Amino acid sequence: MSVALASILRVSSVEPDQSARGSAAAGDAASVCGVAAAGGVAPAGGDVLVSARGLTKTFGGFTAVDGIDVAVRRGEAFGFLGPNGAGKSSTMRMIAGVSPATSGELRVFGQDPASHGPAIRARLGNCPQADMLDEELTVQENLWIYGRYFGLTKAQTRERATELLEFAQLTDRRADKVEPLSGGMKRRLTIARSLINNPELLLLDEPTTGLDPQARHILWDRLFRLKRQGVTLIITTHYMDEAEQLCDRLVVMDRGRIAAEGSPRDLIARYSTREVVELRFDTDDHADHVDAVQGLVGASRVELLPDRLLVYTDDGDATSADLHARGVVPLSTLVRRSTLEDVFLHLTGRTLVD
Amino acid sequence: MSAAAGDGGRGGGGRGEGVDGVGGGIVKVGVAGRVARALPIPAGAGLARWVLARNLLAFRHGWVTLVSGFAEPVFYLFSLGVGIGALVHTVHTDGGSEVPYAVFVAPALLASSAMNGAIMDSTFNVFFKLRHAKLYDSMLATPIGPRDIAVGEIGWAVLRGALYSAAFLVVALLAGMVTSWWALLALPAAVLIGLAFAAIGMFATTYMTSWQHFDYITLAIQPMFLFSATFFPLSTYPEGIRWLVQATPLYHGVTLERGLMLGEVSSALAGHTAYLVVLGVIGALGAARRIERLLLT
Ligand SMILES: Nc1ncnc2c1ncn2[C@@H]1O[C@H](COP(=O)(O)OP(=O)(O)OP(=O)(O)O)[C@@H](O)[C@H]1O
Ligand SMILES: [Mg+2]
Repeated sequence: MSVALASILRVSSVEPDQSARGSAAAGDAASVCGVAAAGGVAPAGGDVLVSARGLTKTFGGFTAVDGIDVAVRRGEAFGFLGPNGAGKSSTMRMIAGVSPATSGELRVFGQDPASHGPAIRARLGNCPQADMLDEELTVQENLWIYGRYFGLTKAQTRERATELLEFAQLTDRRADKVEPLSGGMKRRLTIARSLINNPELLLLDEPTTGLDPQARHILWDRLFRLKRQGVTLIITTHYMDEAEQLCDRLVVMDRGRIAAEGSPRDLIARYSTREVVELRFDTDDHADHVDAVQGLVGASRVELLPDRLLVYTDDGDATSADLHARGVVPLSTLVRRSTLEDVFLHLTGRTLVD
Repeated sequence: MSAAAGDGGRGGGGRGEGVDGVGGGIVKVGVAGRVARALPIPAGAGLARWVLARNLLAFRHGWVTLVSGFAEPVFYLFSLGVGIGALVHTVHTDGGSEVPYAVFVAPALLASSAMNGAIMDSTFNVFFKLRHAKLYDSMLATPIGPRDIAVGEIGWAVLRGALYSAAFLVVALLAGMVTSWWALLALPAAVLIGLAFAAIGMFATTYMTSWQHFDYITLAIQPMFLFSATFFPLSTYPEGIRWLVQATPLYHGVTLERGLMLGEVSSALAGHTAYLVVLGVIGALGAARRIERLLLT
């Protein structure tokens, strides 16, 4: 209790809207240069908020997280990317202090969640993959009582709740019960609720799943603003565009291990080509057409997907011209830049043809 | 509203809790803080009051249950006390006195209603929150720990039970069924009965995985309600099964209440009290431990 209160009072004694905690400069710097600020940029620069070494989580005999090493610095937006069951949520839950690590070392704010759980949780915001709202209460009551769990005073909680209702665009639904809200509204409320204690570190497990495109873009904007205020973000997502937009640095997880780590641009440069030609054929099985597109000019790799072929190339136009010259006529041809989607495909071994 | 005894730490499991490292903030220790510290909140459950506050908030949307919780024992009192009392007239208590049947049965109904109220809250409601609403999962993402949850939920069940018991006592008093000043202690005793059953009920609920399992609760509660020297004195039971009656927790509750309301106070009451306290402590610790096992996976 005293722990929660201490850190909350300290945090909220600062102007709530700014919620700067001496690291805003680091956050700004980070969002401008894309990679977390190293020491020297700001007083708190290079301050490691989360560090894991050999972090492992097993359920019975099954290993969900298999000895990962991660370091997240203050002010950074860090992403976990990976297919279903990769171990993203298991990792997030350990960082959030709601799941004990099986082995390895984990430090959050320099403390061990196993022994300093309440102190750590008081300083972080946790938006889990499932909403888990209090459906017996109204929208605003959900925020009020959550603030109390953190030891905030009634006045602090009310003030913060009003801001967060705006943030989540739920002001006009504030007196409604939670249960009948739409899925997207519940998601927004969950995110808002995770911010009630002005956290220094915000954990977002698939924050935009279930949101419509407009709500997603609004949320991205809000997250950018939080980041500029110095809040450190850890995000998991299946949306590659989201990862590219939001994350300074990310790791690609697969079967409990880290397959690659770097900034989105780094990863694309390292694991993909500059451009991709997407080909759709009028066929039941795109595998039939793989041979016809091998060895095209500029191309280095062909990926087979159920509904299309992807040709990785340094020059998309040259590649499609060569295709044309061969007399291969797809239903549609699209030349685009490589994205994290391609990195993901390449790294998680979901490719059938290389 | 500042710190209570504990650190809001997760109880049980033998995990050491530390609070060092973040204690440097500004902590206001006002009058409320001192009052909070004086509250008998067990170590590691300093945030339990917010679990309780949450229930109060949710309860505002469903206060009708309050009426039913109060009405049931009062109906029993009049149907049994007055109805059967007209046939039975007086009863020889185990304490050796002879009293009208209604006076005999009123303390037992008080104890049973304290039990029923506590069991309802700590089994059905807790099960729903634990398995369906995922309420405790979201609480555990905050500084709140398993002990806060156990103490908060048990405290809530006790609080509700105390309301029913107080109302029941007033009715019994007005109906002339209270004969001793010791009855002033009947309310705290009812609170203790509620505590013991709420704690054990919550502990048991953490082992349940489907609604069918509630049949076991009914199976345990109903015979206890009927055969814990509730409706007739222990001396009327066959010698061979008296020990069985005396082993049930409700027997201790009934005997405690009867002793107080009839003014038949002896040192034996301390034994009944101790039995209920031990049950409450075991239940609360067990519930906290189980919640930690179940949810912090
Ligand atoms: N409580 C649990 N008990 C048993 N197995 C679990 C538990 N939680 C997770 N797992 C298993 O661990 C693996 C990793 O799960 P996790 O939820 O971390 O994946 P994820 O990367 O978040 O996947 P998704 O993208 O689907 O959310 C899965 O195979 C899952 O079945
Ligand atoms: Mg997940």
